[in-house]
Amino acid sequence: MMTSQPLSRHADLDRGGKAQPLLRVRDLKKHFILARGGFGRQASRVHAVDGADFDVFKGETLGIVGESGCGKSTTARLLMHLLAADGGELVFDGDAIGRRGGISVREMRRQVQMVFQNSYASLNPRMSVEDSIAFGPQVHGVSRRESRLRARRLLDQVGLSPSLFAHRYPHELSGGQRQRVNIARALALEPRLLILDEAVSALDKSVEAQVLNLLMDLKQEYGLTYLFISHDLNVVRYISDRVMVMYLGKVAEMGEVEALYRAPAHPYTQALLSAMPSMNPDQRTQQAPLAGDPPNPIDLPPGCRFCPRCPMVEDACRVEEPALEACGTAHQVACRRADEVMAGAVPAKRLSEENPI
Amino acid sequence: MTLAAAKPAAAATQAPLVEIADLTVRFRTPTRQAHAVNGVDLSLQHGEVLTILGESGSGKSVTLRTLMRLLPERRTELSGRVSVDGEDVLAMSQRQLIRFRGRTASMIFQEPMLAFDPVYRIGEQIAETVCRHEGVSRREGMARALELFELVRIPSPQRRLANYPHELSGGMSQRAMIALALSCRPKLLLADEPTTALDATVQIQILLLLRDLQRELGMSVIFVTHDMGVANEISDRIAVMYAGRIVESGRVEEIIGQPRHPYTQGLMASRASEAQRGQRLQAIPGAPPDLADLPHGCAFAPRCPQATDECLTAVPVARTLSGSHWAACCRLDA
Amino acid sequence: MTVTLDGGQAVAPVPAPVQGYWGAVFGRLRRDPVALVSGIVLLLIVLAAVFAPWLAPASPFQTSMLNRLQPIGSPGFPLGSDELGRDVLSRLIHGARLSLLIGVMPVINAFVIGSAIGIVAGFVGGKTNSVIMRVIDVFYAFPAVLLAVALAGALGAGLVNSLLSLTVVFIPPIARVAESVTTQVRSVDYIEAARASGARSLTIIRRHVLGNVLGPIFVYATSLISVSMILASGLSFLGLGARPPMPEWGLMLNTMRDAIYVNPWVAVLPGMMIFTVSICFNMLSDGLRSAMDVKL
Repeated sequence: MMTSQPLSRHADLDRGGKAQPLLRVRDLKKHFILARGGFGRQASRVHAVDGADFDVFKGETLGIVGESGCGKSTTARLLMHLLAADGGELVFDGDAIGRRGGISVREMRRQVQMVFQNSYASLNPRMSVEDSIAFGPQVHGVSRRESRLRARRLLDQVGLSPSLFAHRYPHELSGGQRQRVNIARALALEPRLLILDEAVSALDKSVEAQVLNLLMDLKQEYGLTYLFISHDLNVVRYISDRVMVMYLGKVAEMGEVEALYRAPAHPYTQALLSAMPSMNPDQRTQQAPLAGDPPNPIDLPPGCRFCPRCPMVEDACRVEEPALEACGTAHQVACRRADEVMAGAVPAKRLSEENPI
Repeated sequence: MTLAAAKPAAAATQAPLVEIADLTVRFRTPTRQAHAVNGVDLSLQHGEVLTILGESGSGKSVTLRTLMRLLPERRTELSGRVSVDGEDVLAMSQRQLIRFRGRTASMIFQEPMLAFDPVYRIGEQIAETVCRHEGVSRREGMARALELFELVRIPSPQRRLANYPHELSGGMSQRAMIALALSCRPKLLLADEPTTALDATVQIQILLLLRDLQRELGMSVIFVTHDMGVANEISDRIAVMYAGRIVESGRVEEIIGQPRHPYTQGLMASRASEAQRGQRLQAIPGAPPDLADLPHGCAFAPRCPQATDECLTAVPVARTLSGSHWAACCRLDA
Repeated sequence: MTVTLDGGQAVAPVPAPVQGYWGAVFGRLRRDPVALVSGIVLLLIVLAAVFAPWLAPASPFQTSMLNRLQPIGSPGFPLGSDELGRDVLSRLIHGARLSLLIGVMPVINAFVIGSAIGIVAGFVGGKTNSVIMRVIDVFYAFPAVLLAVALAGALGAGLVNSLLSLTVVFIPPIARVAESVTTQVRSVDYIEAARASGARSLTIIRRHVLGNVLGPIFVYATSLISVSMILASGLSFLGLGARPPMPEWGLMLNTMRDAIYVNPWVAVLPGMMIFTVSICFNMLSDGLRSAMDVKL
């Protein structure tokens, strides 16, 4: 933890012990209404998040991957209570959030922080870097002087010299520097869980690696837990302990990163993995794993929502929606034919090509 | 350049389709001058796919736009020579440019919606482009539009032609834009990050489509991207740009397999992948230079782990490493 | 104004970042020749208004039946005299006080009230926003001039009432601009980030919204000053604002309109003053708009 004066009494409080998940999410739902119903018409709904269940364990990095419209960013905003959920339960370290006997949303927000994709839009253009970082602690009652000191310490932590950067404004920084400031701002409240919503996606590759290194260092130093949302499967594989694959607002598959990348159990995961551009000139991709675009999560088909694009679809899939079930140690999948997918359809080509060993 | 009338078959063995020599592009604003491109030499053979790989601000898109003269004329200073199919692009009149764009070279962008007018049907827009450039009737134009939609593998093309741009999904509108770009059978297709905004499963479809089309039509393609994987999937040759200069160029297997310039090596080494799990990434330190204030000598020197005093004295010249592979780095002599 | 300019300059020589946002804005404004000239002209007029008793060569009320409608350059009447033989130059200088007051005051009042309404509506959003904005729209349905005249007429003639009616006229447009700017700012990530840090709405408005919203509203409001000047003069012209013999430019334009056949140049002078001040405020607000653009 911070070298001096911890911010909150709760900062070191690990109430449930190591085994209790830091965050439990059950049946999380968010529907956006597109066009109002009326005159006998059904209201048209976007099922942005449609019953997501998952746990985030203490000290781990959980990666969330999926294509546009899969609900990964909406999930992040629901967890931060930036959007009001339409249903579901959130439990933070044993305490229900926003319920009687649980912890308040405000208290939760002190312990969960978020870094956004757009590094420029997430900083107030009229505030100096130092003030932006110091804002959070001030809101929670830390004195102006103390919060400024903390801001400078954090700038140093994220690799920006305080004497050079404290008084700069966002437009005077490069994209990588701004994202470092955003990370420092998120850390200023000494959170236990950091949600990184495509936090490195907009950065240039050479800068991305620097920020990833920084994230790894900070995690180590502060014992943080990360929720890492990204569309970049390489980065997710590098940084995550576990991965959750989302498709149209639901969890398709979840498991330990290596197990899931080596033997995906859901046809969608398999397709995502083999859609990654190859890095071997002699083994270029020969066939696209899926045709067409990911559909909008409006008016979903009955049964499995991956049916229309699934190469392994059978009649039973169209009738009943598969539940998320265990398919190995710490590996869950929502597919009727998961065993076949795991057994026969491992993208052997890709594995051998990326890592000759 | 007297090869203007050369037939493609003959030209394939002769002059390159695109030749850029010592291209410099500067952007002026009242307060500063940005050196976007600083002496680029490039040539492209008929039927070849070249990828310009670089980060934001490397000058890759600017180079591409110069080939079509799409830069704002009033704020831009151009020098050097750019010839496409034997014609001097920088000397063209507005009239010649209109003929040139679409027929000799055409371009696809990251954002397909910008290529279409939102209030007209897609089919009409493609047909109109064909009619205007080739002087054929409207009926023929529509027939050609249908042909093009089949060419870019749009399912139920007849129905899609009647759609408005916003009715198409991301991948579909990217295909429609490719159809529009191919409507006048260009010899050169310029692609400015056309797959960057797409989802992973759609991106690979578009890459494969472009690869197939290039082979079927025998076009030359210049593809701009920041993604090494994409570059590997699509190209015959890769040119790596940094701070407005090409620092390394060679065939795909040379660049991906044996990068020699420290910048290319750094890019390869800093990729996050399974192999690095649990280790720190070998990130390139620092940030790309300010284009208004480039360092003397090698622009990469301030970030380069191998830099010596020699690197700061002059811009390094290209060192040939093998037939087609070269890199601009002083340390290659050592 | 010079004081603030110097202030901005004084900070500038220290390494660039310390200068602050407003320092940078004034620095840029100073380099914009049009804005600079407009600012200087306005400053001179304001100074003239402040020091009117000392600057004016004669009393603005002193009538002289012998010297009625003197042309420009007559001895003792540098800018001529009006229909009651009062010195036009003195009346113009004294008139600046009242004219500026009734031009600027309503805009300042409307800026405060309209911004508050618009920011709250924009920040809260949803149904509250719709209700507030529909009420505002009702006022919008009437042309500004008509509304001002009707209100001033209903409240009764007089200076205070004309100030009030102009304030009411300017609240809707300012509230509308404030609402739309706030709605834009509200959905930007840094507001979400502030909310995620547990800040309450009032704190977010104070620390994050105001700074980013007041600038554009302020620029818009300065552009209304010219309209306000003209409307205020219009009200006086119609006899609903300042009363004779008070020196006020709009009223002077009215009382001297008969003199236009005898002494057209003298009769036109109050109109020129109104025109000059309006133009200067417009130019200054244009300059301010571009000077406040952070991305430059």
